[in-house]
Amino acid sequence: MAPKLADYKTDVHNDWCPGCGDFGIVNALQMALAEMGIERDKATIFSGIGCSGKTSHFINTYGVHTLHGRVLTFAQGGKLANPDMTVVAVGGDGDGLGIGAGHFVAAGRRNIDMTYIIFDNGVYGLTKGQASPTLKLGEQTKSLPSPNTNSNVNPIGLAVASGFTFVARGYSYDVRHLKDLIVQAINHKGLAFLDVLQPCPTYNDVNTRDWYTGADLANDSMERHSRIYKLEDTNYDPTVNYAGEVEVNEKLSQALIKSLEWGEKIPTGVFYQNKLVSPFSTRITDKIPNYLENPPAKQVISDTGLPNTDISKILDSLNV
Amino acid sequence: MSTDFTWLIGGPQGSGVESGANIFSKVCAQMGYQIFGKREFYSNIKGEHSYFTVRVSDENIRSNVNAVNLMVSFDAETIFRHFDEIVSDGGIIYDSELEDIDTDRVRTLDAPFKERLHKFLESKNKPFTIAGVLEAAKDNGVKLYPVSFKTLLTELSEELDNPRMRGLVRMYNVLGVSLSLGLINMPSTSLVDSIDDIFSKKPKIADMNKKAAIFSYNYASNNFENFNHTLTGTEKQSDTILVQGHFGTSLGKMVSGCRFQSYYPITPASDESVYLESNEILEIENNRPGSTIVIQTEDEISAIGMMIGAALTGTRSSTSTSGPGFALMTEALGWAGINEVPVVITLYQRSGPSTGLPTRHGQDDLLFTVFAGCGDFPKIVYASGDIEESFYDTGNCFNYSDKYQIPVIHMMDKFLSSSVVTCKKFNPKKISIDRGKLLDTVEGEYKRFAFTDDGISPRSKLGMDNGVFWNTGDESDEYGHITEDPQIRIKMMDKRMSRLDLVLTSIPTIEQAISFEVHDYTIISWGSTKGPILDAQAMLKKEGIDIGFVQIKLLHPFPTEYVASLLKDAKVLINIEANHSGQFGKIFKQNITREIDYHILKYTGRGMTSTEIYDSLKKIVENKAEKREILSHGA
Repeated sequence: MAPKLADYKTDVHNDWCPGCGDFGIVNALQMALAEMGIERDKATIFSGIGCSGKTSHFINTYGVHTLHGRVLTFAQGGKLANPDMTVVAVGGDGDGLGIGAGHFVAAGRRNIDMTYIIFDNGVYGLTKGQASPTLKLGEQTKSLPSPNTNSNVNPIGLAVASGFTFVARGYSYDVRHLKDLIVQAINHKGLAFLDVLQPCPTYNDVNTRDWYTGADLANDSMERHSRIYKLEDTNYDPTVNYAGEVEVNEKLSQALIKSLEWGEKIPTGVFYQNKLVSPFSTRITDKIPNYLENPPAKQVISDTGLPNTDISKILDSLNV
Repeated sequence: MSTDFTWLIGGPQGSGVESGANIFSKVCAQMGYQIFGKREFYSNIKGEHSYFTVRVSDENIRSNVNAVNLMVSFDAETIFRHFDEIVSDGGIIYDSELEDIDTDRVRTLDAPFKERLHKFLESKNKPFTIAGVLEAAKDNGVKLYPVSFKTLLTELSEELDNPRMRGLVRMYNVLGVSLSLGLINMPSTSLVDSIDDIFSKKPKIADMNKKAAIFSYNYASNNFENFNHTLTGTEKQSDTILVQGHFGTSLGKMVSGCRFQSYYPITPASDESVYLESNEILEIENNRPGSTIVIQTEDEISAIGMMIGAALTGTRSSTSTSGPGFALMTEALGWAGINEVPVVITLYQRSGPSTGLPTRHGQDDLLFTVFAGCGDFPKIVYASGDIEESFYDTGNCFNYSDKYQIPVIHMMDKFLSSSVVTCKKFNPKKISIDRGKLLDTVEGEYKRFAFTDDGISPRSKLGMDNGVFWNTGDESDEYGHITEDPQIRIKMMDKRMSRLDLVLTSIPTIEQAISFEVHDYTIISWGSTKGPILDAQAMLKKEGIDIGFVQIKLLHPFPTEYVASLLKDAKVLINIEANHSGQFGKIFKQNITREIDYHILKYTGRGMTSTEIYDSLKKIVENKAEKREILSHGA
């Protein structure tokens, strides 16, 4: 029987703050898994540290709650050893773009077939609201003693520059749209990145839900002008349609330019997708042709307690 | 009379010292001799001084000695640095073009060394030149064999009518090796065979080298005289292989079923990973497919993270690193501890602290390793004493990690990694594979961290049918979900830590520590000191002096009762290790409330020779030793 949405929920008490943007992300992720009919025991959610790190405990698949900044390392190891699994890594923006930024860049270079979702809220919530890597220079959220002295990282731009082959942005209060993006990300054969704008109602009093939906931009008629808009509603084409430097460069630079849009207009949707870059598994099968049928996790290493690996040729070559 | 002969080749890094030594070692091994070779080098790609000593014997040898019988050099620095190691009636083959070179010409001679050398030469009334140091050696009974390498090449190119050979200085190493073999009368057929072997994939280069080899071999036979050492071959031991330092753990990993290795480049550990990747496609019995996935990561944190991720899928997984890399891994090590993940970290120690002496030997990561990671969690720290042992120990380490669901740190070091030795052919069938409570199927409700009688829960793996579980670096309940409940905390902590006792009661004592006799004077030690200690012990035995030796392999948890029982008849304890503070001694005293009488320590970054250990032991027995005997041999 195909799994239902309820099958992907655990009964672990969710202790996120009321109104937290994280709820929308966990819901969208469960919806995506259900819609795709991925069996519970064929998916692993890897998570980092912080509020977002608890995500794996709320989803009823394999769940690996790792270390601060290191989620991509664990997730890639798991996927490489068992490529049959669907792997989704999740974590905060401090986790992935601060302490874990080196892994973020390196993961892009590998293009392993998995999805990475950053819960992007501009603050370190669980440690009481310090500035995180996506908070803009000069902004002062609630618990900062003085305005932020660092410039922000551009997650979409960094992903594009690092080699991620699917780069998109979602908004945590638009759950259906986010679910669609997650489905596309999981279906993408390569490393997919999703930057999810996720207001922290407790510590980020700058980029609030009202701010994203443009309450401050309301005109005389009190009509709201949401900052959030969808790229797919415009004539933006994120896809690299054919191999060739001109096409690739054009789509890369277009994504980079689009990623800089912020303020009164904030794009969501797919910024960039390139299906023509080989996923890492192909790079392995070029060397080890049967890797996908016979990955590390599926190999039988012993018969009745004795090793079955035959190194006699190597040993013979060492004979004197 | 038995043969015990040490040959030294030196030259600038990148000049083929290592491949020269490999040819020499191979020839001697093929002629039936036992080999113990060791490479010393700077942290440098080209130009700094590197050298290789190869000890050759018809008896079982496990170490280097101080004395060098024959040195060959094609550069000046080797002569300046090593002329005083050649024993009386030994020889030096050198490039006669170098005679006029003075110490200032050799830019890589550092000031403190030059100062010591000048002082020595002044005292002997010799000039600060190659001619000067050679005279000093000659005064000491050393025989000199000058030859112009340039002329040799010129004559060779004329004979072969190949003008290109005239300037091929990169063949100096082969010339040096062949001159040496000619001088000691080693049959030239073995030289040709070895070159064929080593250059088997490059027949053209093999051909050129063979011609050069025979030419210089004959030159030495016809022109060099009066050398008292000949090595004409001895009876070949059956089932002998010639191995490099990392072969034990690399081949051990393949046989043990390690199918995932992640690593970040670091000396002296990366050779193992590169070797595993070079042999990534494995042969499995009955023509089944097999392979090892080897991933070079962006740093050591990623290496351990990937290894743990792979291990969670049920794959035997490993990483290999050295001290600085292991320092970066300690946070994730604790994660593997609290999540009961079986992993093996092969730790090739070098000399610290920090970058320390990055290409030199040390055993100074023991205390750090035993205490690595924040919080209380169980781990095993296990040390191999030689290359042959490291093959079988690798199999044991994987079994320990699977059976006790615990991270295992397998201690190796630079002394082992840069050795080339003959040893008994590894027997893969002596390795067993025990995956402990790893599941293949799950029925009904599954709890990854279920409380059990022995503290070890049946283990599912990521992607297995019905085996869903959770992991977290937080304290967790039986499912793996976060908890801060004080009562569960006690039970979980007790569950994890209880396996330290289980390790001590269930690992066979022969795998915990080995007694090589116990006498009034008994050595305690760990790791790569084993070889030189055994050789020193044998030297003393020949003189009628009995010294005991207990090698401790399981360093954490410490086998207190077993080691104490082994040592009950020992009256004087001598601790030997390659670090400053006697780290093993501290662990020993912490567990066995017994004073250590003497420490023999070395922290120059160079491995111990059996000669040094012999000398110190003799002083101890004669009651002339300091409480801390500090060794310093080696350039």
